[in-house]
Amino acid sequence: MQAAVIVFPGINRERDMARTLKLVSGREPAMVWHADTALPAGTDLVVVPGGFSYGDYLRCGAIAARAPIMDAVRAHAAKGGLVLGVCNGFQIICEAGLLPGVLMRNQNLKFICRDVYLRVERSDTPFTRGYNAGQVIRVPVAHGEGNYIADGKTIARLEGEGRVLFRYASPDGMIDPDWNHNGAINAIAGILNDEGNVLGMMPHPENHVEPSMGCTDGRGLFAGLVDHLKQAA
Amino acid sequence: MKRKPSTPPRVTPALVAVHGLKPDEYERLKSLIGRAPKFTELGIFSAMWNEHCSYKSSKIHLKTLPTTASWVIQGPGENAGVIDIGDGLACIFKMESHNHPSYIEPYQGATTGVGGILRDVFTMGARPIACLNALSFGAPSHPKTRQLVGGVVAGIGGYGNSFGVPTVGGEVRFHTRYDGNCLVNAMAVGIAEKDKIFYAAASGVGMPIVYLGSKTGRDGIHGATMASAEFDDDSDEKRPTVQVGDPFSEKLLLEACLEIMAKDCVIAIQDMGAAGLTCSAVEMGAKGDLGVTLELDDVPCRESGMTAYEMMLSESQERMLMVLKPEKEKEAEAIFRKWGLDFAIVGKTTPTKRFIVKHNGKVVADLPIKELGDEAPVYDRPHAETPKQPVLKAADVVPPMNTAEALIKLVGSPDLCSRRWVWEQYDHVILGNTVQRPGGDAAVVRVNDGPKALALTADVTPRYCEADPFEGGKQAVAEAWRNLTAVGATPLAVTDNLNFGNPERPEIMGQLVGCIRGIGEACTALEFPVVSGNVSLYNETNGRAILPTPTIGGVGVLDNFEGSASLTFKAADQAILLVGETKGWLGQSIYLSEICEREEGAPPPVDLAAERRNGDFVRTLIAEGVATAVHDVSDGGLLVALAEMAMASGIGADLDRAPIVAHAFWFGEDQARYVLTVDPGEAGQIVDRANAAGVLAREIGTTGGDALAIADDRSIPIAKLRESFESWLPSFTAGGHP
Repeated sequence: MQAAVIVFPGINRERDMARTLKLVSGREPAMVWHADTALPAGTDLVVVPGGFSYGDYLRCGAIAARAPIMDAVRAHAAKGGLVLGVCNGFQIICEAGLLPGVLMRNQNLKFICRDVYLRVERSDTPFTRGYNAGQVIRVPVAHGEGNYIADGKTIARLEGEGRVLFRYASPDGMIDPDWNHNGAINAIAGILNDEGNVLGMMPHPENHVEPSMGCTDGRGLFAGLVDHLKQAA
Repeated sequence: MKRKPSTPPRVTPALVAVHGLKPDEYERLKSLIGRAPKFTELGIFSAMWNEHCSYKSSKIHLKTLPTTASWVIQGPGENAGVIDIGDGLACIFKMESHNHPSYIEPYQGATTGVGGILRDVFTMGARPIACLNALSFGAPSHPKTRQLVGGVVAGIGGYGNSFGVPTVGGEVRFHTRYDGNCLVNAMAVGIAEKDKIFYAAASGVGMPIVYLGSKTGRDGIHGATMASAEFDDDSDEKRPTVQVGDPFSEKLLLEACLEIMAKDCVIAIQDMGAAGLTCSAVEMGAKGDLGVTLELDDVPCRESGMTAYEMMLSESQERMLMVLKPEKEKEAEAIFRKWGLDFAIVGKTTPTKRFIVKHNGKVVADLPIKELGDEAPVYDRPHAETPKQPVLKAADVVPPMNTAEALIKLVGSPDLCSRRWVWEQYDHVILGNTVQRPGGDAAVVRVNDGPKALALTADVTPRYCEADPFEGGKQAVAEAWRNLTAVGATPLAVTDNLNFGNPERPEIMGQLVGCIRGIGEACTALEFPVVSGNVSLYNETNGRAILPTPTIGGVGVLDNFEGSASLTFKAADQAILLVGETKGWLGQSIYLSEICEREEGAPPPVDLAAERRNGDFVRTLIAEGVATAVHDVSDGGLLVALAEMAMASGIGADLDRAPIVAHAFWFGEDQARYVLTVDPGEAGQIVDRANAAGVLAREIGTTGGDALAIADDRSIPIAKLRESFESWLPSFTAGGHP
């Protein structure tokens, strides 16, 4: 799996992501500067990592979504290439029009960093084939603006087409407002585009991949992508 | 509209006083330069000679601290301290206060505190890997406290989260003596290659001096002077002297600085912190025995029409000054442009040892550079020793409630309750190296990809320092050392952040002197040298001083993070051991203040020999893999420590009867103690080994169940403890009654 990690000014989880990609796929990802206009040839997966691109000034992800490299990312997605946006990356790809909806401030108006539980809704996608449907995984979140919302029609479509891949849940997989830390509608933590090749999610699976760091629940996402690409090749 | 530069005001005694210079200090200034200063020169002197920059009241006492060891690469006097952690790596760290700005404008005061300390660390070539902080607030019932807690915590998170460094630990306390003057002490820790550390001393004549980072504005002018004055009721009026933090610019500055350092472009580098351009330029020249000439017309400014005085004293954030290798100018400039930052050559080094500042073609300052830095006044201020308090006998403390009720109340008290509400607002997992998250004795952060790790903590017990500065100073160091030991780390060095009242009062000076003596004695005994630090004086409002608060930031190393110990009980049926002697010391304990509503008595003394013996023994057990859970016993005493272990794991304990007066045994705050668990079959021989090593150890119970069950006493359910422990801070900050 050849991955490309996009680096915008103010992004700060690109190292976490690069380490995880290397660890799981065995290959060093390319780090691609925001001012570039092309992705490295042979890129299988584009990752837009977490952080505070442009300081989150103006609106989270709004400036990064208009960076020169984003045309290449959109073209990659249009060709069916895989795109993963995590945290600020999710905000950026929403702003870039690759996914519907927006991320509002957490309902308690505070930044929240903690481990949360996610229910994996489907296992038949490139991003979730490493998990079982209904499986509950534990991964950290670290965001102030992760409260997903879209208009009623869009939500109905996302739900109807099974495009909600992750939901905030209790440790035993129940959807419960007490376990939905940011107040996202329908406890949505991650969604897929209509072609099924672009995933945006708020939590950080890349921070839970090493046994020695306490939890490996995030590994399945990356291992699944590696398997998917191997099979496709 | 462009403002015309106005004529600078005449230097009068009133103007000198406004600049915080005492009449005798002004006379000294005049005799050093042989004439009366110009307006800009007066500003420069006031910036260099205030307490914050010159350490004039503390210097002679700080000199007594132990600062060397074979692993110390750089002690106090640079941007931060540097220690060797093996494998060619160095740890660079420092703690600094941002107290006054945080009281005036809590969010921005805290952000710029974090920004400033991060710059101190990456200026030396280190990539920051962790931040900690120690916060002291007024009584929960004070009308400003809730707003300060919310603002400061949000500010610390707002900066660190965006900059991209995990905030992994610290402490929070409440006491009425901080009502008018909260404390915000921020610590940053970074890692660099041992042979690639950058210093502030300039070298070479005619070398270009480069201005890096954000533009200069009119913010924070005379911030350092404000930080060196007491507060009164009008202090809120000082809001314009607080700067605004921009973590985005700082993140860019970090990446750009590390990039030009990697490309070997830098001769010397210094961040612009307190007293901005003045302090950084003077320090670079003075440390390198060189003169400096600055051309202010070349300084990137945010506003037009800024005067020389304003530019020299601005404390705009996210700026650096660097002496560049001339042949690398193009390369360095390209890197800064790539990151969208200002890069301007604003001066050069000279052989004259003069600090010359030019603006609009005129020389606005021409001063001797060594004298500005090194000849600042130094005072041996009169100091009165704090009177000793009598030792409080346990028999003189009548328990007003039973053990179970007292424990539930204690774990839900402002000083002992869960800090989750605070640290969940800090990204503590970014960089993917946080092995032990907040909530334990010390944070453990993996270095690069491991297996090496650092253990980090920040500690002080101000009520002990108030009652006995010498013992309190010792205790702050001992507790930091103990917290590092409790996770299995070898303690290496400390940074000290000394927060006190007005040093011109002999009783306050006595506290400072006593604490420094105690810190020195403990650091010597524990081979735990001081490598960096900061002094914050004049923490008073309307004549009432804060509790003496010498915060100690400790750093230790683990060869393999997988061998670190944590405080959670790992399984049922483990034997629980108590290491260290328990006399039942209730003087100055939290039990006494929270349960008996009394603050009195001598604080627990620290026997440094026992501290070392006990700690070394515990660390050996951890290294051998024998200790399955470890927790130091501190605030609240033994039963609070056990409750924390039970709450963290969900596993309870059956505890033997107290061998001495129960409330003194369970809640006394005797020092040099640890609770640990071991496999049941090992307990006997470990106690024997302890005795052979001169360490007191005894078995006090067994893990298991869902409650703390003390023989012949009421059982205390973990669920009930957790409810009390987790509820106070969220409810208080949401507006609940304190």
